[in-house]
Amino acid sequence: MTAVTAPAPTLSRPAATGPSLARLTGVELRKLADTRAGRWLLITIGLVAAVIVTVQVFVLQDAAQTFTAFFTPSLFPVGLLLPVLGILSITGEWSQRTALTTFALVPRRERVVTAKLAAVVLAALASVLVSLAVAAAGTLAAGATGGAGTWTFDWHLLPYAAVFQVVNVLMGAGFGLLLLNTPLAIVTYLLLPTVWSVLAAMIRALREPARWLDTSVTMEPLLGPDMTAGQWGRLGVSLAVWLLVPLVAGLVRTLRREVS
Amino acid sequence: MIEVDHLTKRYGPHTAVEDVSFRCEPGTVTGFLGPNGAGKSTTMRMICGMTAPTAGGATVAGRPYRELPNPGREIGVLLDASAQHAGRTGREALTLAARTMGVARGQVAAKLDLVGLNETAARRRVGAYSLGMRQRLGLALALLGDPRVLILDEPANGLDPEGIFWMRGVLRGFADRGGTVLLSSHLLREVEAVADRLVVIGGGRVVAQGGKDELLAGAGTLVRARDQHTLRLTLDRAGLPASAGTDGGYVVRAEPEAVGQAAADAGLVLTELRPAGSGGLEQLFLTLTAGASTKEAVR
Repeated sequence: MTAVTAPAPTLSRPAATGPSLARLTGVELRKLADTRAGRWLLITIGLVAAVIVTVQVFVLQDAAQTFTAFFTPSLFPVGLLLPVLGILSITGEWSQRTALTTFALVPRRERVVTAKLAAVVLAALASVLVSLAVAAAGTLAAGATGGAGTWTFDWHLLPYAAVFQVVNVLMGAGFGLLLLNTPLAIVTYLLLPTVWSVLAAMIRALREPARWLDTSVTMEPLLGPDMTAGQWGRLGVSLAVWLLVPLVAGLVRTLRREVS
Repeated sequence: MIEVDHLTKRYGPHTAVEDVSFRCEPGTVTGFLGPNGAGKSTTMRMICGMTAPTAGGATVAGRPYRELPNPGREIGVLLDASAQHAGRTGREALTLAARTMGVARGQVAAKLDLVGLNETAARRRVGAYSLGMRQRLGLALALLGDPRVLILDEPANGLDPEGIFWMRGVLRGFADRGGTVLLSSHLLREVEAVADRLVVIGGGRVVAQGGKDELLAGAGTLVRARDQHTLRLTLDRAGLPASAGTDGGYVVRAEPEAVGQAAADAGLVLTELRPAGSGGLEQLFLTLTAGASTKEAVR
């Protein structure tokens, strides 16, 4: 610190090119894991999947201990935590005020948002791989402990599971973008299905719309044996309302918001 | 090069910044002075595209900030040293920025070293940093892309006297090598020591700007007499605008000769008569921004 020299500002240089979306996505992926809170959320997601499979090994009938039986149940709890990951990746910039640095380096905010969405989608896809891995471990364990341990797997489950988790994480991100506040976004997101079921139970007129709009209802068939055209349609309608609208409105809000 | 052109920002009926224009040339340090709430930070946020102006605009290196493809390589920005994720280490904060800008990884260690954050400090989480350390980290972040322009909001905040002296050296050296520096402060002494040019803002408006020497020269004459009361009356009678200085004398907006002549005509014994110099700048600062800070308090 005795002889301090700032770097010499050079006066001519090649025109700087902006960071590519791939680079920005890499940075956003790193941000998911480079804090203690973020790291623990990722570890928890992995642990939850592992715990569910372990429980299945003990509670399931021997004959029922198949790969599919281990894979599907692990998707639900992971699907509950992924939205939190989506929310945090967006709202963390505002609650920790790092948006000031992020947008100083990338003033085209829509690129930052796109990179964040890409990063959480990749994380969701990785979570499906984790579910596959723990299910495989569970199947091996079942085989070793006298269970069936059969490797039967409906391959159509894989893309369904991927859609399920990607939708989960994107809905979280949409809520985060729209509300830009961590506790508000998490509470709203988690409360919504409950509010639907309570309202649908109380008000007869809401029962039919709920079949089209309650995502906990419309997404459930994704984990079942097969999806009908009608089920896809209802899923599409519910996602247009709870995924597309928050994402678009949230993007507009983020682009316009004053950063301070 | 920074050009600010008639920037205005209104929040409902409240005008935070009104018609602010100035230029920062390469090779100079511009001090952006004003009391708290005068509109310094709002102006800087508008320059950096964080806040959309109500009217007017600003360009950095010839372009509006938001249109720069990779601004970190041209402009180093430090708007708030506390705006860092408390859970990240200092090194991680720089690494993220280096990756975003496409700066070589070795630069992270080099810049940490430059600002005096050692290996231990770099490994600690920013939440455990003192404000002074955060300022150093913020400066490292601003310098990371080897920019030609620096925009720093209150960079001396939280630094100890040794740190302030060091920061001055860094900024002076940066400007002497052809860089452009805009730094804000509410501490006059801090800016006076390093700036070539001053832009003084009060109540959202530019109240004075120009070369520091020029502003200092226009800062008037400091005069002190054995009989202060009669001196005051004499100055008033001679039509010389005087205001009480910070340490007993009067600061008069006139040349020493005119003040001396008025005193001699009245037969007064002077104990001090000199160009006001830096004391005058302080006086200028206080008078130019008088009322602005009290307005801020009730905003």
